[in-house]
Amino acid sequence: MVKYVLKRLLLMVPTLLGVVVLIFVLLRVVPGDVVEMRFVSGQNQFVDQKLLAAERAKLGLDKPMWQQFGDYLAGLVRLDLGRSMWTGAPITEEIKLRLALSLQLALMATLVATALAIPLGVLAALRQDTWVDYVVRVFSIAGLAMPSFWLGILIILGFLIVFRWLPPMVYTPFWVDPWQNLAQLTWPALAVGYRYSAVATRMTRSAMLEVLREDYIRTARAKGLWQKLILTRHALRNAMLPVLTVIALEFAFLLGGLVVTEQVFNLNGLGLLFVQAIAHRDYTLTQALVLIVAFTFIFVNFLVDLAFAWIDPRIRYR
Amino acid sequence: MAINAPVEATAEAEFQVGSREWAPLLVRFARERPLGAIGAGLILLMGLVAALAPALATHEPLATDYAAMLAPPSARHWLGTDAHGRDVFSRLVFGSRTALLVGFGASVLGATLGAVLGVTSAYFAGRVDLLIQRVMDVFLSLPLIILALAVVVILGTGALNVILAIMIPMIPRCALVVRSSALAIREMPYVDAARAAGYGHGRIILRHMLPNVMAPYLIMLTAYLGQAILLEASLSFLGLGVSEPTAAWGLMLRGAAVQFAEAAPWMAIFPGLAISLAVFAFNLFGDSLRDALDPRLKTQ
Amino acid sequence: MTKAPSRSVGGTVGALALAIALVLAMALPTPSAAQQPKYGGELIFPVPSEPPSYDGHREETFGVIHPIAPHYNTLLRVDPTDPSGTKPVGDLAESWTVSKDGLTYTFKLRSGVKFHDGSEMTSRDVKVSYDKIVFPPPGVGSSRKGQYRSVEVIEAPDPYTVRFRLKWPESSFLLGVASPWNFIYKADILAKDIHWYEKNVMGTGPFKFVEHVKGSHWVGKKNPDYWDKGKPYLDGYRALFMPAQSANVAAVRGERAHIQFRSFSPGERDSVVQALGPKITVQESPWDCMLMVAINHEKKPFDDKRVRQALTLALDRWEGSKALSRIAIVKEVAGVQVPGTPYATPPEELAKLAGYGRDINAARAEARRLLKEAGAENLQFTFTNRGTPMPYEPLAIWLIDQWRQVGVHVNQVVVEPAAYFTPLRAGDFQAAMDFQCGYIVEPDLDIYKFISTDKNPANYGRYTDRVLDDLYDKQARATDPEERKKLLRQFEKRLLDEEAHYLMTLQWHRIVPHSSKVKGWQITPSHYLNNQLDTVWLDQ
Repeated sequence: MVKYVLKRLLLMVPTLLGVVVLIFVLLRVVPGDVVEMRFVSGQNQFVDQKLLAAERAKLGLDKPMWQQFGDYLAGLVRLDLGRSMWTGAPITEEIKLRLALSLQLALMATLVATALAIPLGVLAALRQDTWVDYVVRVFSIAGLAMPSFWLGILIILGFLIVFRWLPPMVYTPFWVDPWQNLAQLTWPALAVGYRYSAVATRMTRSAMLEVLREDYIRTARAKGLWQKLILTRHALRNAMLPVLTVIALEFAFLLGGLVVTEQVFNLNGLGLLFVQAIAHRDYTLTQALVLIVAFTFIFVNFLVDLAFAWIDPRIRYR
Repeated sequence: MAINAPVEATAEAEFQVGSREWAPLLVRFARERPLGAIGAGLILLMGLVAALAPALATHEPLATDYAAMLAPPSARHWLGTDAHGRDVFSRLVFGSRTALLVGFGASVLGATLGAVLGVTSAYFAGRVDLLIQRVMDVFLSLPLIILALAVVVILGTGALNVILAIMIPMIPRCALVVRSSALAIREMPYVDAARAAGYGHGRIILRHMLPNVMAPYLIMLTAYLGQAILLEASLSFLGLGVSEPTAAWGLMLRGAAVQFAEAAPWMAIFPGLAISLAVFAFNLFGDSLRDALDPRLKTQ
Repeated sequence: MTKAPSRSVGGTVGALALAIALVLAMALPTPSAAQQPKYGGELIFPVPSEPPSYDGHREETFGVIHPIAPHYNTLLRVDPTDPSGTKPVGDLAESWTVSKDGLTYTFKLRSGVKFHDGSEMTSRDVKVSYDKIVFPPPGVGSSRKGQYRSVEVIEAPDPYTVRFRLKWPESSFLLGVASPWNFIYKADILAKDIHWYEKNVMGTGPFKFVEHVKGSHWVGKKNPDYWDKGKPYLDGYRALFMPAQSANVAAVRGERAHIQFRSFSPGERDSVVQALGPKITVQESPWDCMLMVAINHEKKPFDDKRVRQALTLALDRWEGSKALSRIAIVKEVAGVQVPGTPYATPPEELAKLAGYGRDINAARAEARRLLKEAGAENLQFTFTNRGTPMPYEPLAIWLIDQWRQVGVHVNQVVVEPAAYFTPLRAGDFQAAMDFQCGYIVEPDLDIYKFISTDKNPANYGRYTDRVLDDLYDKQARATDPEERKKLLRQFEKRLLDEEAHYLMTLQWHRIVPHSSKVKGWQITPSHYLNNQLDTVWLDQ
C-alpha cells in the first residue's frame, strides 16, 4: 500500500511540472506584457520607451526565458509564489480573499449537487423507464443545458423584478457575518450546484442500476419489503464509490472554472481574478492561479485513486 | 467505463451493417427510448433550421434599423429587435448555423483526435502510453473554460480559433475514456492475428481497433457536442468568441441584452432559450444513446 | 406569443413612466444650488479598477485617482464647480503671476498647510514633487513627463514661492500644472526613499488614509486640520472595488453606494432611474474620450486620400448620434475638441467638414464617386477592433453598417485588449479602432496624437504631414486665444477634411446617476477630475 501511495505521489510531480512549463511558455508567447498594459493606455499621449525598458528590467522580463523559468522554479521549491507583476504585492495576499470565496462557493455548490444528485439518481434507478425516470433525467439534463450566465441573469432579474431585492455586493467571510455571507453565495451555489448535479445524477443512476442487477438484490426483492429496504441501502453504499469520484472531481473543477458565473453574480473570486490577471498579462499571478487549480485537481485525483486502492486491493498491484 | 467484449461484437455488427437495416433499428430506438427520440427530433429540427436559414428568416440578420431599436415582439419582428434594430428572430435562425458549425466542428475533431490518441496510447502501451498519459494529465488538470480562454488569448478570436479553443480541452478527455475501452480490446485475438499477419501499426490502429471503440466514441461525441455549443456561447459572451456582426447565440446575450434586460427582456430570453434547447437536445439524445450501448443498463 | 400584446402596452406605459422619471431626475437642482452644506456621513462609491500602486505620478488608471486623490492636494486644480473642466484655480497655490514673455510662472503658496503627520508644507515639497514628475531620476517612473518638455528648471526661492522657468512659451502650461495626477508629496520622505509613495500615503489633502484591503475596499476619514477651514463636509469615504460594471450599477441601484465616478451606460441609467425615481439625480456631460478610426496609410488603397474621404463621408454622424446615444456612452458629434469647451468648433462650422454635413445622401453619393475615381469601387477590408464592450462594440457595428451603405464590405477582427497594441504598433492592420482619453481638456494634449508618426509613434496612422506638425507647434505657442482658435480650426480641417487622416466617430458621453443625497459634486468632461471630495456633502 505504501509503495502504491508513493508511486502515485511521484506521478503527481511530472504532471505539475508539465502544467508549470505549459503555462509559463504560453504566457510569454502571447503578445503584450504587463508593462505595456500599465503604461501604454489611451490616456497617455507620451510613451517613454526608456521607462518601459526600466520597468521591464525591474520585473526581470528582460532576462532570457530559461533564466526566468529557473528563477521561478527556484521560488516554487521554496513555496514562494512570488509577487504580482501588476501590483507588486505578494501573491498570497492577492489571492487570500478570493480563494476564501471560491472555496466556499465550490463547497456549497458541491453540497447542493450532492443533495440533488443522490436522491434523484436513486429514485430514477429504482423506477427505471417509468415517467419518474424520465422526469428526473429531463430535470437534470435541463440543468446541464442552460448556460450558467443566462441562468444567472434570469435569477438576478427575478430578484430585482419580483422581490425588489439584490444579494449583497461585497464579500463578507462566513465567520464575520454568516447571514450576509450566505445571502450572497446561496444563489450562485444553487445555480452552479443544479448544473453540476446532472453528471452526478447520471452516475448515481447507472451505478445503482448496476448494483441492483446483482443476484442477491433480485432475490431479496422477491422475499419482501424489509429485505428489500436493507439490501437497497446496501446497494446504495456499493454504488457510492463512483458517484463520490465524480463529485470530488467536479469540486476540483469548480475552483477555477466559474469564470462566467462569477461575472454574472458579481463575485470577486478566483475565476474573475484569472481573467483580470490575463488581461493585465500578470505572469506571476496567472501562473500561481493555474498552479493552484491544477494542483487541487491533481491532488483530488490522487485521493480518489487512494480510496479506490484501499477498497479494491487488486488495483495496488497494477 | 470499460465495456465488455460481447458489446464490441454487437457494436461492430450494428455499425458495419448495410443501410437497409437502419430503419427497423431507428423505429425500435424511438419506441424504447422516447427521450432519445425527442432529442434526435430536436436535433433534426435544428439542422433543418440551419440549412434553410435564408428561407426561414424574415429579415437580413445584419440589417440594422435605427428607427426600430429595442422594439418589442410584433407582427413585423416576431421576437423583437435588438439594440441596433436588427431582427432577433432572423439572427436566432442564422445563429443556429454558427452554433452547429462550431459545435460539430469542435466536437467531431476533438472526439476523433482524442479517440485516435486514446487507442494509440492503449495499443503501444509501455512508455509511449505513460508519456501520452502524462501529457493528457497536464491538459486534464485545467478546467475547460480556462484552457479555452488561454487558447483564444494566444490565437485570437474568430470562428476557426474558437473551434480550436474548444477542441483542445476535449481531446484529452475523449482520449482517456477511449483508452480504457481500447485497453480491453488490445488483448483480443484478432489484434494478435493482425500483428502476426504483418499489418503495420497504423493500419491496425485505424482499421481494427478504432472501429471497435465506436460505442464510447459516439457517447463522447454526443456528450461533448452539447458542451461545445455551451462553451462557444460562453466564449462569445465573454467577448472572446465569434465577433460582431455575425449572428451567434452567445454574442446575442452580451452587452445590450444584459443592460436592457428589464426594458427589453426579449433580447436575453430567446438566445438563452435557443442555447438551452440545443444543448438539451444533444444531451438527451446522447443520454439515451449511452443507455442503448451500455449493456449493463438494459432492461431485461 | 400570447404575451406580446400586453408587453407592447406595458412597454409603452413603462417608457412613459421612464420618460417622466428622467425629466424629474434631471430637473432637480444642480449640486451647486444655494443650499447650506451639511456635515457628516460616509460617501460610498464603487470603483471598477483597483490601483496597482499608490503613486499618482506613475500610474494611469482612474483606479488610482478615485480612491487616492482625496488624500492629496495639487499645486493648481481644475475648478470643481466649472462644468467645462477647463478652468485652473489654486489648490496649494494661493495666486500666481506669469512673466510678460510667458517663460516664467511664479506661484505663491498658502501658509499653514499641514501634512497628515503634522509637518508643514513648504515650497521645497512642491519643488521636489515636481522634480520627480518632470525630471525623474533613473528607475523612477513618471508617466506624463513628456507633457512638461517645455520646463527648463523648477526653483523654490523662498518657503512659500515656487517658480517654473520654461524653454518656450506654452499656453497649456497652467492647465498642465492643474493635472489631477501631480500629487504634492513630502520632500523629506522622497529624499529618504523615492519609491515610498508607491506603497504608502502621506499628503495634505482633505482626507486621511485609514485602510486598503486588497480586492475589497479603501477607506479615508476626514482631515480635521485641513487648511481649507470648514471643509471637508464628509466624515469619510469608502471606495469599494468591484470589477464588474453590473456590480457597480447594482450597488447604486440597491442604494448600497451613493455614486460611481466613471460613467453608466444609457441602459444602466434608465434602469436605475426607473427603480429609484426621485431618489436619483442624473448628471450628464460630454466626455473627453473619443474613438477614432486609424487608417494605415502604408496599406493600399488607404494611401489615397479619396478613399479615406469616402470612408468619412459614408458616416451619418448626426443620425448616428441620435441612435447610438440610446445604447452606448457616446453622443455628441465633435471634431478634435470636446463640445462645450472653449476651443471646440461650433456645430454650424463643423457641418462644413467632410462627413459632418447634414445631407447624408449627397455625402454618400460623393463617397461612391470618390471610390470609383480612386478605382476602389468594391472595397473590402478588415477592421481591427479592441475587445472592450462599451462603446467599441456598438460603434464597430454602426461603422460596418454605414460603410455597407456605400458598397464597402468590412469584416471585423476583435483583438483582446491586452494584445491590442501589438498589431497597431507593428502596422499590422488596415483600419483599426483607436482611442484617446484626456484627463484635462486641453488641445495640446488632445491633438498631439495626430502629428506625424515619426514625431509621435503613438500615431498609428503611419503618415507624415508637416503642415499638421507646423500647425500644432504654432497653436501650442499661441498666447492669444483667438489666434489659437483659428490655428486649431485649420488643424482640424486638414486632419478630418482635406486629408481625412483619422476619422472621428462620436464623442463619448458621460452619464453619472447618483443618489440625490450627494450634493456639491459637479460633473466634468473627465473622470479624472473633481475627485478630491472636499466640496461634496450628503443631504441626510
